[in-house]
This record gives sequence, structure tokens and C-alpha cells, in this order.
Amino acid sequence: MSYPSDLRYTRDHEWVKIEGKRARIGITDHAQQELGDIVFVELPAVDASVSGGDNVATVESVKAVGDVLAPLSGKVVAVNEALESSPEAINQSPHEAGWIFVLELSDPADVDELLDAATYERFLAEG
Amino acid sequence: MRYIPNTPADRRAMLDAVGCRSLDDLFSDIPEEIQRRFRPLGLPERSESEVVAAVEQLADRNRAQRCVCLLGGGVYDHYVPSIVGHLTSRSEFYTSYTPYQPEISQGTLTAMFEFQTMICELTGMEIANGSMYDGATAAAEAVLMADRVRRTGRVAVGRNILPHIRRVVGTYAWAAGIDLVDLPYGSDGRIDFTDLPNDVSAVLLQTPNAFGVIEDLTGAKDRLADALLIVSVNPLSLGILAPPGRFGADIVVGEGQPLGLAMGYGGPLLGLFATRRQYLRQMPGRVAGRAVDADGNVAYTMAAQTREQHIRRERATSNICTNSALCALAATIYLASVGSEGLRSIAEQNVERAHDLAGRLERLAGYALRFDAPFFNEFVVSVPSDPAALRGRLSAAGFLIGDPQELADLGVERAVRFAVTERRTTEELDRLVGELEAAA
Amino acid sequence: MRTIFEHANEGASGGFVPSLSRAGAGSRSPISEHLLRTDPPRIPDLTEPTISRHYTHLSKLNHGVDDGLYPLGSCTMKYNPKVNEDLARLRGFARTHPLADPQDAQGTLELLYELAELLRGIAGMAAVSLQPVAGAHGEITGMFLMKRYFEVRNEEKRTRILLPDSAHGTNPASAAVAGFTVTEIPSNDAGTVDLAALRRTLDETVAGIMLTVPNTLGIFEEQIEEITGSVRDAGGLCYFDGANLNAFLGRARPGDMGADVFHFNLHKTLSTPHGGGGPGAGPIAVSERLAEFLPVPAIEKTEAGYRLSWNQPRSIGAVHSFYGNVLVAVKAYVYLLQLGDAGLRAVSENAVLNANYLQERLKRVYSLPHDRLCKHEFVLSGKGLGEGITTLDIAKRLIDYGIHPPTIYFPLIVREALMIEPTETEGKESLDRFIAAMDAIASEARDRPEILREAPHSAPVRRVDQARAAREPVLTYPFDSPS
Repeated sequence: MSYPSDLRYTRDHEWVKIEGKRARIGITDHAQQELGDIVFVELPAVDASVSGGDNVATVESVKAVGDVLAPLSGKVVAVNEALESSPEAINQSPHEAGWIFVLELSDPADVDELLDAATYERFLAEG
Repeated sequence: MRYIPNTPADRRAMLDAVGCRSLDDLFSDIPEEIQRRFRPLGLPERSESEVVAAVEQLADRNRAQRCVCLLGGGVYDHYVPSIVGHLTSRSEFYTSYTPYQPEISQGTLTAMFEFQTMICELTGMEIANGSMYDGATAAAEAVLMADRVRRTGRVAVGRNILPHIRRVVGTYAWAAGIDLVDLPYGSDGRIDFTDLPNDVSAVLLQTPNAFGVIEDLTGAKDRLADALLIVSVNPLSLGILAPPGRFGADIVVGEGQPLGLAMGYGGPLLGLFATRRQYLRQMPGRVAGRAVDADGNVAYTMAAQTREQHIRRERATSNICTNSALCALAATIYLASVGSEGLRSIAEQNVERAHDLAGRLERLAGYALRFDAPFFNEFVVSVPSDPAALRGRLSAAGFLIGDPQELADLGVERAVRFAVTERRTTEELDRLVGELEAAA
Repeated sequence: MRTIFEHANEGASGGFVPSLSRAGAGSRSPISEHLLRTDPPRIPDLTEPTISRHYTHLSKLNHGVDDGLYPLGSCTMKYNPKVNEDLARLRGFARTHPLADPQDAQGTLELLYELAELLRGIAGMAAVSLQPVAGAHGEITGMFLMKRYFEVRNEEKRTRILLPDSAHGTNPASAAVAGFTVTEIPSNDAGTVDLAALRRTLDETVAGIMLTVPNTLGIFEEQIEEITGSVRDAGGLCYFDGANLNAFLGRARPGDMGADVFHFNLHKTLSTPHGGGGPGAGPIAVSERLAEFLPVPAIEKTEAGYRLSWNQPRSIGAVHSFYGNVLVAVKAYVYLLQLGDAGLRAVSENAVLNANYLQERLKRVYSLPHDRLCKHEFVLSGKGLGEGITTLDIAKRLIDYGIHPPTIYFPLIVREALMIEPTETEGKESLDRFIAAMDAIASEARDRPEILREAPHSAPVRRVDQARAAREPVLTYPFDSPS
């Protein structure tokens, strides 16, 4: 698959969509395929402060649990409550309807550390 | 080697296929020095009949089997219908393992689903797991779970719960860094709910308690503020007693031995664990859920496995893997055999016989019921003489009661406890009373 | 599958015990109204023929060891001898209450004592407790012992347990429940513990290491003494998970390898049945320095007979209501008495031979990550069999061949893992049938992959949709909406 070029990526298989000072975050198509049918998402609390690398959410399939790490530091300002009743949205539309949470970034410059689509695809190919 | 089908020819063929000269070659990866240190046990091979004879002799030396059992404390001498043992002896049930492949484990999984349902019906709770090791570790896991939910690091425990439950809870709580606070009991042998400690994650009680007394949980939950109410029960008593779910219990645990298990000198037992649906993700243990197969037919499968150790590993709700599944099956078959009406009737017979004995003892000089409170099938009596000597005397006459030191450790001196189940006959009770009259 | 709740009520059953002939005589007042149930539990009242049919039918939906090969890696699904079952049911064992005076339970106490002595000898260690009732229970007891050991020595800074990345899930879970944190040690390309990585992480915050021997790839850690030596030199303790004891029974002893705690799985190595998930038994053996912390009560032999001793001031307390799974212990004892030393040695010889034979034959068609001498089990990968074919598909298709699938997706360090453990109670004929089935499935994966993807075809139910079940779990019978 070819990954959307307007998104950025991490080596932990999260995607990040920059929206001004905010970042919308989810897990990539690769991650949802690895996990299989997703049955439950544990969302973070709104207003929680997170540091880059923190375990912010968990995504559960029948046989596995995936940690969603904060790719950047900031404050959680929105969570995708639709995932509570329809966790399968992550399987069906991992990069859009399956978004998980939105962070207000502490330092927008942190974004530069993230991978672009081409780099992420190369990273997957090496795996 | 009756259990090893390979013939010498088979072994030769397989060694050739693998490219080894001898069986020893297969162990070349274990350092020689370690193999040199090995010492055999000095144990000969024995034929089946020899072993049967030797072990039958051992079983024969348990004098307890020839006495009248008035012992209680969580484990009781109840009647087990013959059908229970026959059905659990079907090798498809007992030689299979954890139902990881649901398509060929529908027997185990359906029975687990039935068990969970029956436990919920008995306890008045919304969800139950497929069993834990025993009532004591179930209580310990409930304490750990409650503190995971509320995080105060403190749990209050009734002073009148069975000592062995308290001991196990104490060990697990120590390891988890949870402080246990004693809840005293009143002159009626029951917990006083007007003076509960605050800032605890949970309160753990037992009913009937170590004195056989039925706790009155009315209004207890309201007095707990944020703490979880954990109640440890005798499931047989729930054939007639109001279930803890009705009183707002958050977690119900218990010892399932009374439901069709042998006493077996204390194991295997059957841990019961039930809770509110909202705590599913926190609940330990295996659980079976209803599903469908590819043809749309109802099928059962292990559910919510992501809580368990094989997936969550160090973040699992518990480390439990092997549980007490076959005992849960026995309990399921027992409950199916007696049915709801039958269970009520058996429970009533327990009440009747215990109260019959209690009434007769009260008429003996120097004996009195220690606690003025309702009881199920077990009660404590004050005795006129040294309780240890009385125990010895009764034992010589073929009646087994518990060590009075256990009651003394709970603050009840000069007393003994009697458990009277539906198995105790009129003749046995008459003889017992006669023996006590003679002892006076 | 019909549940028992779907049978029409047949009216009150009963007749198991006679009613009290003297009802009312001497009775005290009944229990007050507000303490009694108002609604009966919804358990149907059925007659014995109905119950017998229902559960007999259910049993036939299961595949047990007596039905066919059950090569579940890490579980040692060996044959369960029937004499074990008979002797565990003896009245003398069944009808003894745990709180009976020890004088009235001398038979059981002698058996338990003797079994503990035999286990001590098999382990080559100083003392044994029969209290833990499962492998994971043995693990957590071992963790408690370690915690107490360091507490007594004022070394509570030792909070880390080291685990290889191939460890069974109960290992880190047990460490965590006991309040330790877990540090994972990577495996090297040979599938064994990376000794250099281990040594780099050793410091005075390490409490110990948990190892499975042989490891979950079925490979014996040839550097086992270097591993345990390093940990002990750093002041830590060594826990050995004994799930794989079938690999060296009668040949080697964990006490000779540097173990401080070793747990047995009686329901694996010592032939007691798995029971559909339990009950098992997980007794532990310990080195001298941990003996004083073992759970109470201990079972002691004196001139006057056997007794229970509570006089262990530094004990961790108790981990079970009473003395462990006694009736399971009876079965293991019977097994040991029959086998003797020669029998125990034959167990590991045949178990290891069977596993190596299967490995040799199956590696022709399946991917074998570690092509070397294995012990009693080995791990294949289901990768590369066909487009989109997974280990799950292979497992489900094996069911159609009358074989229980091996362990799948474990250990985590092998992708699409298939862990195979035949045990010594399979003969070459059975193994050859398994090989033929696996060969056939490999061909099918190439030529008719859909037959794998839709497997099983001949089981009591088709492939179960676990995802749907997991989203809205239905965990009790829906009385109010039965469909």
C-alpha cells in the first residue's frame, strides 16, 4: 500500500496529521493488519498531558494488544468516541475515520522528527 | 513401559532418520558435567497391581473416613450424586486442555458458559469467570483487583472470616504492598457496619462467616463510600439465602467445594469469582463467551482473552492460567442434577439438621450458642469443659470436630464449632448428643 | 449447542438424601425473612436421564488425548493413566476433611510426604512444597519467596526480574503480581539467551532471572551454568519454570544447573490430566537458602507419625487454603511408583526422540527457524506456505485430520509460530500419520488454499468468529432474549 503523503509516521506504526498546532493521531494500515480484527480501544482522558513515548491508548484485537505511544508531547484535546461502539473503524479506515486522539502540541517543531511517507514505506520494506 | 508405544525397531528407525547412533546422542546438548551430577531416586519399576495395593493401604490409614464428619470451615461433607463422577470421568472432558481451539472444545466451553451462568444466578452478579484455584485465592485476587480499581493501598478485612482465607489474602496483599485493616465483629458475631474505616479500596466479608453466622448486608454498601464490597460466600447456602448481588456487592468470591466435590483433604477445590459487568476488563481468569461460527450457528469460545497472561503478560489482570475447570464442570453437573428446587431443598435440610442439633445442645447443661444470630449449617457453642479435651473425647467416639484453637485465634475462647450437613443422620446426631451428655 | 437452560423444566428432582425424620423437634427459630432469597436461581430441575444425555453429548464435542494426537507445545499432553484416576477416588482419600486432626489423616500425609521426597530427588534440591496448585501458582510462590529472601536481607532495592523474550506469558505476569518489574533479555540468533546482554543488565537492582529449561523453542541452554552463575554472582536468584521437564526427566536435575526455585507441573510431566483447563498442581523445589521461607504448614515426619508444622517464623504465609491439590498429588505419586528410575529415563528418551524425528521430517516442507538438535518440542513457522495462508489456517485444517492443533503464535519471537510437542506416549505410527497430514496440508496450501482458509470442515462447529464475540461479550445465558 502506498501511505498518504500528507501524513507523518513513526517507527511504532502511528500516523500523525498536523492541523496547525494540533496533531491528529492513529495507527497505520500496517499496524491494523498485524493486530487483526479490533475489538476494543482504550482511549486516553481528555486534558491528559503526555510526553513523547508515553503509552497513551491501547488497541485490542482478539489475540493481541497494541500500545499506542504518543509520538509527540502535548495535551489530549479530543478522543474518537465513535471507537467505543465501532472499534472496527480502525480496520476499515485506519488513516481517517479510525483516528484515535488529538494532541495540542507542546512544541510544534517536534514534528520534524517524524518520518515522511516514503521513509516509512522503506522502513516497512526492511522489516 | 506400558505407556510408551515405541518399539525398539521404531526407535532404531527414528534414530537413523535423525542421524544419531544412540539415544544418548540426543542429549549431547546438555553439558556432560550436569549429566554427571545426576542421581537416580533409587526407585524400582512396579507393576500396576503392586502400586494399587500399596496406595490402597495408605488410603485405609485415613481414620477420618470411618468417623462422622462435623468439620466445616468452607469445606463440607455433602452428598455427591453418583452421576457427577460418571460424567466428569468421560475422557473427552478430563484429558483435554484449555479450550484454545474452540471448534473442538465445545463441550468444555459450553459447560463453562453454563457454570458462569449458574454462579451469576446463585450470587446475583452479572458476570463470573470459569473458576479460580480455591475460595482463598479468589478472595486474594478480589482484593488485588479492588485495589487496582481504587488505588488506596488499603483494604479492610472482617476479623471473622475463615483463618485460611485471611492467611492467603495476607500473603498476596503483602506482596502487592496493600495494607490490611481489621474490621471487628460485635457480640452477635457479625461485622458492625456503623464504624467502617474510610479510604480503603474495599471491604472483604464472609457470609456465613467463620462462626457460621449469616451476615446482614442490608445497607452495608451505602456505608462504604467509594470502597468496593467484596463478599465471600458458601454457594450451597445461596440455595435459600439472599444473594450478595442483591445487597450491592461489587465482587463475590467463594469456595465451590460444597457443589459436588469430594473433601479430598483440601484439594482440588473450586474458586468462585463474580463481579459487575463494568469490571470485566479488571476481572481475572478465563471466561467463555457466546459466539457464532462461519455457518452462523451458536458456538462458544474463550472471550476477553486480552486480559489474560498469554496476551497481556506483565500487564495481565492476573497470572492465572490453569484453573479448576474440571471441578467447575463437576459443580455444573451437580447443580444441574439437583436443580434450583433441589438446591433449595438441600439447603433447607442443612438448616434443619444444624438447628435441630443446636437446639438439643442448648438443652445440655453448660452448653450455649455463642452468638445470638442466624446461622446456616454451622454454629459455635460455648462448652462447659476444656474444648481440646472435648474434641479428643468426641474423636475417640468417632465424631470429628475442628481444633478449638482456631476459634480462640479469632477471639472466641472455650468453644467448639459444629457443621451439620444433609448427610448427618438422625442416628448419628442422637449418638452425638448422647456422647456429650455422658461427657458432662 | 444447546445449554442446560434450554431444556424444558421437568419438575422437582431430588431424592438424594432422606428428609429429616424428626422435623421440628428441638429446632430453633428459622432464619429471618429479609435474609432469604425471594427469586430462585434459574437452574432447571431435570431428571437424571436428561442430564446424562446432555453432558454425554457435550463431551463428544471435545477432542481429548484419548481421542487422538494432541501435540500442544509447552503443555505435555501425554496419556493419563487410568489407575491414577481410580486411586485418587479411593474413599479414604476423598472422605478426609482438611481440618481433620492429622492423626486421622496419616495415609494422605504419608503419601504427600513421600511424594515431596521423590520430587526433591527429581529436582536435586533441598526442600519441596506441594501447596501451589498450578504452574503459574508455583511461579508466583517462587516470586514471593524471592521477595521475602531479599526483605530479610534488607535488599529491597532488588526489584527487577529478568526474563528471556521467549518466556511463557505467566512468567512476566507472576513477576508483576508479586510487585517486581520485568526486564526482557533478547535471544540470540541461535534462539538462546544472549549472555552478553544478560551480563550488561546485571546490577544490584536485579532480584533474579526466570528461565524455562529447555526454553520455549525446545532448545537447551548450553550455557545454563554461565547464566545462573552470572545472576548468582550479581546477588540474584534463579527461578526455573519446569513446564518442560519432560525433556530431561531421569537424565539431569535443575538443582545441578543452578536453580534456586523450580516448579513442577504435575499435569504435564507427571501425567495427571489437564481436565479441560485444570485442576493441575505446581509444587516447588527450592535451594537451601530459600527453604525457611516456604509456605506453611510444612508436612513433617516424626517417630510418632506425620504431622503439620506451622512453626516456620520466616515463611511467606500460605498460598492455598490448605495443603495443595492433594488428589492430583495422589495421581502423580502413583505414576512415579509405577515408572521408577528406569521409567523416568525412558520418558525423556522417547519424548526427545519423537520430537527430533518430527522435526527432521517436517522441516522438509515447513520453515524451521532453528535447525538443530531439539529437546522434547520444537517450533516451526507457518510462513511461506502459500499466499495469505497463516498458521491459524494450518491449525484449523489439522482438525479435519483428527489431530489437535499444536500451540500457535507462541513463542512470540517466532512469527507464525507452530510449537509441536508429541510426548513419549505417541508411537512412530502416530507420528507418521501426523507427518502425512502436515505434508498434505502443505500441498493443499499450494493447490487449494481455500480449503485451509475455511477449515475446519468436519468439526462440531465451523471456524468460530472470535472478533464478533469479543466486541460485545455474552458471558451468561441470555434468559430474557434466548435467541
